Order: sequence, then C-alpha cells, then structure tokens
Amino acid sequence: MKEYLRKYFILRKHNRQVAFKKAMKSKMCYLFLLPYALLFVLFYVAPVVVSIFYSFTYYNILESPRFIGLQNYVSLILEDDIFLIGLKNTFLIAVVTGPLGYIMSFLFAWLINELPRWVRSVAVVVFYAPSIAGNCYVIFSVFFRGDAYGYVNAFLMNLGIIDTPILWFIDPTYMLPICMLVILWMSLGTGFLSFVAGLQGVDRSQFEAGYMDGIKNRWQELWYITLPNMKPMLMFGAVMSITQAFGVCDVTMALCGYPSTDYAARTIVTHLFDYGFTRFEMGYACAIATILFLLMILCNKAIQSLLRRVGT
Amino acid sequence: MSKKKKQETVEAVYHKKLVKRRKPNRSIAGDIGLYVFLFLVAVVMFFPIVYAVSNALKPLDELFKFPPKILAQNPTLDNFSDLFVTLGKSWVTFSRYLFNTVFITFMGTFGHLIVASMGAFVLAKYDFPGNQTFFKLVTVAMMFTGYVTQIPNYLILNKLGWIDTYWSIVIPAFASPMGLFLMKQFMEGLPTSLIEAAQIDGASVWKVFSGIVMPNVKPAWMTLIIFSVQGLWNNKAATYIYSEEKKTLVYAMQQIQSGGIARTGQGAAVLVVLMVVPIAIFIFSESQILETMASSGLKD
Repeated sequence: MKEYLRKYFILRKHNRQVAFKKAMKSKMCYLFLLPYALLFVLFYVAPVVVSIFYSFTYYNILESPRFIGLQNYVSLILEDDIFLIGLKNTFLIAVVTGPLGYIMSFLFAWLINELPRWVRSVAVVVFYAPSIAGNCYVIFSVFFRGDAYGYVNAFLMNLGIIDTPILWFIDPTYMLPICMLVILWMSLGTGFLSFVAGLQGVDRSQFEAGYMDGIKNRWQELWYITLPNMKPMLMFGAVMSITQAFGVCDVTMALCGYPSTDYAARTIVTHLFDYGFTRFEMGYACAIATILFLLMILCNKAIQSLLRRVGT
Repeated sequence: MSKKKKQETVEAVYHKKLVKRRKPNRSIAGDIGLYVFLFLVAVVMFFPIVYAVSNALKPLDELFKFPPKILAQNPTLDNFSDLFVTLGKSWVTFSRYLFNTVFITFMGTFGHLIVASMGAFVLAKYDFPGNQTFFKLVTVAMMFTGYVTQIPNYLILNKLGWIDTYWSIVIPAFASPMGLFLMKQFMEGLPTSLIEAAQIDGASVWKVFSGIVMPNVKPAWMTLIIFSVQGLWNNKAATYIYSEEKKTLVYAMQQIQSGGIARTGQGAAVLVVLMVVPIAIFIFSESQILETMASSGLKD
C-alpha cells in the first residue's frame, strides 16, 4: 500500500511537470485564449459564483451584505406564493413549449430536407424568421386585442361561438395558452438550423445500405438511420430549447403586462426582475437566479442522458 | 479543369441514381400530403410577419379600417419618414436611438468575432493543459440563459464603472459562449496539415491565425455575426443604461407603442426596422450559416 502510494505520488508529480512544461511551451496559446477567457470568467463564471454567494445574504446595494444562511431559500419556497406561481408557470411553459418546440424543429427540418434546393432555402427562411424577427411577437397583441375589433374576437363573434369579446391578455385563463402559442411560433430557432444542416450531412450511402437491409418506409429510415446520425445535433438542439423554455419572460412581459393580472403570467425570470431591479433585494433575487440556474443545468443533464439512448 | 468537370458529372449521375433509388420508400400521396401540410404551416408561420410589414406600409386611415385588410391598399412609406420627422423634434431623436443600436450592434459583433475566433482557434487546433476543461465550461455556460447572470452582472459592471455606458452592453457580448462553441467546432474541421505546413514555413501563431485560419472559416464568421446581431439588435438595454440618450431602438419602440393610437403607424414602422435587419442578414448568408451549423453537434 505504501509502495503504491509512493508510486502514485511520483506519477502525479511527473504528470504535473509534464503539464507545466507543456504549458510553458504553449504560452502563445494561452495568450490567444486570454481575452476570451478573461471576459468569459468575468461575465459568465463570476456571476454564477457571486449569485450563489449573495443568495445566502441579505443585500440591498445600500448596506453591505449580511449573512442570513438559508433564509432566502426558505422564504422563497415556504412564504412566497407568487414565486410558486412563477415556478408553476415556468414549468408549465417549459413542459409544453420545450418538447413541442423541439419536436417541431426536428420534424420540419426533416420534412423540408428532401425538397429541391431553392425551395428548401425559402422554407428555412420562412420557418426561422419568427425566432429571429426580434420583437415581432408584439403583433400578436393586435390579433388578440381585447375589444370586438381584435381579429380573433371578431372572428369568433362572427361565427357565433362567443357573444362578448374575450379579454385575452387580462383574463388569467387565456394568458398562458396564448403565450405558449406565441412561444411555439418562435421556437424554430438555433436548434432548427442545426437540424437542417445536420440532416444535409447524413451520409447517403447509409440509406443505400439501409434499403439493402430492408428498410421499408420513411419512418424506419428516420428511426434507424437518420436519428442515430443526428445525435450530436439533437443534443445541441435540446440544450437550446431547454435554455429557451426556462428563460421565458419577454413574451409574457410584452403581451400580458408586468405585473400581469393576479400574477397569472409570472415566470421565474419576471420574479427575478421584480426583486432585482424594482425592489433591489439583491440577495433574494440571487437566490431566485441560483434556483433557476440549478433547474436549467439539472434539466439539461437529465435530457442529455436520455438522448444518449436515441436509436440504440 | 476538365478532369474536375468530368468528376462532377460523374457525381451528378451517381447522385441522380441515388435519388431515383430512394423513391421506393416514398409514396406519391404521402409526398403530396406532406407538401400541402408544409405549405399550410409555412403560411401560418409567416402570416404575422407579412402582417407586420403591411401594417407599416398602410396609411393612417387604412390602419383603422374595419374589417381590416391584410395587405395595404395604397402602400406608403409615410410611417417611416414620420419616425424621423415627428420624433425628430423630441428631446432624443429617433436617429439617435437608431445610432445607439447600430453602434452597440456593430462594436459588440466585431469584438465578439475577433475575441471568440482567437479563443476558438487555439482550443480547436492546439493541445495544451486546460484546453478540454475550458471548453467544457463554455458548453455548460450555453445551458443557462443570460437572465441568470443579469443581476450579478449588474453588480460587476457597477464595480467596473461601466453602468450607463455603451460598454455595459458591448463588452459582455464579446464573451458569448455560443459564438466560441460554433467557431471551435467549425475550426476543428480544418485540416491540421494546413497549419503544420505554415508552421514549418516559419509562420508565427498569429500569422497562422490571421493569414490561414481566418480566411478559411468565412462561413463561420457569418454565423457568429448573425447570432451576435440577433442578440444585440434586440437588446433593450434598459437595465444597464438609464440615460435616455443612450437607450436603444427596442426601448424607443416600446415608448412609441405606449404612445397611444396616434402612434400606431410609427409603432408598426419601428417593428419592421427592428426585424428587417436580422432577417436580411440571415437571407444573405443562409448557405454559409447552414454550412457552419453542420458541425454544431454536441458530443459527449
């Protein structure tokens, strides 16, 4: 045992020396990476650490932070009803729009894959445009306007389905479904592009081989050949759609107002803004941010381990 | 030259054969059904955008017509010129908002392109201690949205004294993990022999980077640019910037839209200004972007 430990430490020391020598040799590499690494640490790593640190304190910017242990988390979960509404809404939106948007992205990418080249280019633009069009979702507030002049209301009233206009963005029962609709409309984003590109790159000879082995229809082709080939893109797309699904706030804030009626359209992120930038309770806001961070990372890891089994 | 052409024709014939042979797995009815379905979905997806554009082109009397027409009957550019005329008299003019957004977008994208490419280059092509770890960290950073870091970022920017300057938006945009990720994945596809050959000829790392690698990854440039522009052009920036004269176009749009019925036309026009730039960049660089995205996969 002692001998083993001694050898282990010698090995470790040797490895470290090798690493150090390599590092000295590749000074230029570090120099190249330095600007990015510096900014990355400053604006991505440090904030997460800072956020976790402040989540254990009471901090309102004016006074210096005071350590209060787990108090923030306890009051978040036990006392803050609005946070629980936000959590519930975020989960609802994520569970509906995340998988659905993801499947839509893949489905449309797959369906347009066999179109002639120029049609495909147009189709990509058409499908991708909503997600890139910035604040274009504001236009939905015209469609779903609360008075009888709103298109949807007018349409439904003409058909005789309803006799009084529905206040789409003020009535809590309709807020979330409409927001989900808008989010789905914008969900063919980066993941979609990745899928389109990935599908183009699938080796054609594999399909040939597949026909020889008796693949009969396009669904079998999809499951046995296309999906396993697309695994890296599927992973990437999943990361994109999870990140997006949990970060919903722009759409709900723009359409339902901030704050919305009865907080019916509150999400974790809007709650974060409320405490961070309106009430300046930074410690509390950091606790919310930390919870969101953990949720996203855990969800990503879970989905990734699930996706590893695709097509095997 | 002729040899290459010959090869191409051979490939084309080969390709044609493949397409023909793929047919057995496709029924014509299924194909037609799919295309009709796709077409319908495309119409639904694109309708709001068409509507937004036509709204911006409608003169004021048409905007309030009921029942409304989807397409403008007498399209004018009045709403766009109104943006400059009416808002030209306000304290912060429309052109100032436009300038702010353009400046932030341009600076942020330019810096991001250079900084991220430099990082991606060494991560992709050189082996040094810490290489893998750092890249893993970057991929983890893609897994959470910017909202998580917004509050601590405010505190950090405050310490740096950048609050209420353009830099509070521009500099953090340099470090976007997405750009580095895509660039690195794409650069890995470059043949290493290219770099080795240059090194044997005595080129320094910088020379290799600027002379050989960068010109060869032009498609990836466009991808970085589109993602960066998309983020910055739509940046509301209201949390880090509070001086009115430094605020961006999105903020101006919200102001205009809350200005009531009289501003409906202008609101529609700003909306179009906001969405036309990213879409135009995307249309012009679609093939290059797709080329880059082909290597975007996330390996374990």
